[in-house]
Amino acid sequence: MRSFQSRLSELESRGIRVVALSVDPPETNRRHRQKLGFTYTFLSDPKAKIIRSYDLLHAGAGPKGVDVARPAEFLIDSSGTIHWVNLTENIAVRARPEQVLKAFDEMPAKAGP
Amino acid sequence: MNKRWNWSLWVGFLFVLAGFLSYPFFAQFPATRDFPWANFLLFGLGGILLLVSLVRAFGKPQLYRGKIFSPILGVLSVLVFGFFSYLIFYQLRQVPGSTGAPRVGQKAPDFMLPDQNDKQVSLAELLSSPASSASTAKANGVLLIFYRGFW
Repeated sequence: MRSFQSRLSELESRGIRVVALSVDPPETNRRHRQKLGFTYTFLSDPKAKIIRSYDLLHAGAGPKGVDVARPAEFLIDSSGTIHWVNLTENIAVRARPEQVLKAFDEMPAKAGP
Repeated sequence: MNKRWNWSLWVGFLFVLAGFLSYPFFAQFPATRDFPWANFLLFGLGGILLLVSLVRAFGKPQLYRGKIFSPILGVLSVLVFGFFSYLIFYQLRQVPGSTGAPRVGQKAPDFMLPDQNDKQVSLAELLSSPASSASTAKANGVLLIFYRGFW
């Protein structure tokens, strides 16, 4: 997540909006965002409703056995269609910004000016 | 005759501890997190030093100390390394299959969730607003990152 912050300007210059999503409540997101210097949007799904609808629930994997999201990254184009997905099989291995930039640059038809 | 200090025993054990305890540090950087080679390198150096200390303590007991401590710290190191390997090669890979997750080419299910300022935001809105405050054109896409949480 830090790597996406450090290359945020490259992503945003291509018109890619970066959004993070977890079970953390808004106040946790607000605090951590400030503390770690993140400037992109953080969404809260405390009841994991959306996480479940994306089939990304990792049941009981949080502290005290709470349900959390498994790591996953989606690049969604301006029509709402998924263009690229990364479903890691190892919690320590996450998508890197260069993968997303490459996937975006390979998108066939880009909307916008 | 005074026996020599078996320094490689203690230094080796320190390397093993450093290999384990430095995980949160190296996990900050993708290059040392995707595969924790820096930690394994520390474990490896510690292991070599501990072997040296065992060979010295039991091979030249008249010269070196450490006949009691080298097996104890050796076993402890093996346990620490075993636990680390279990976390890296097993625990971190216990990720649900998510076979029902939306695929490439499908529409991303829309949602409405509160952001860090408690403002309700939908995916449709994210896609129709600018990618950043520096821009006025609507976004070309959204990168949606699901993560485990900071807790």
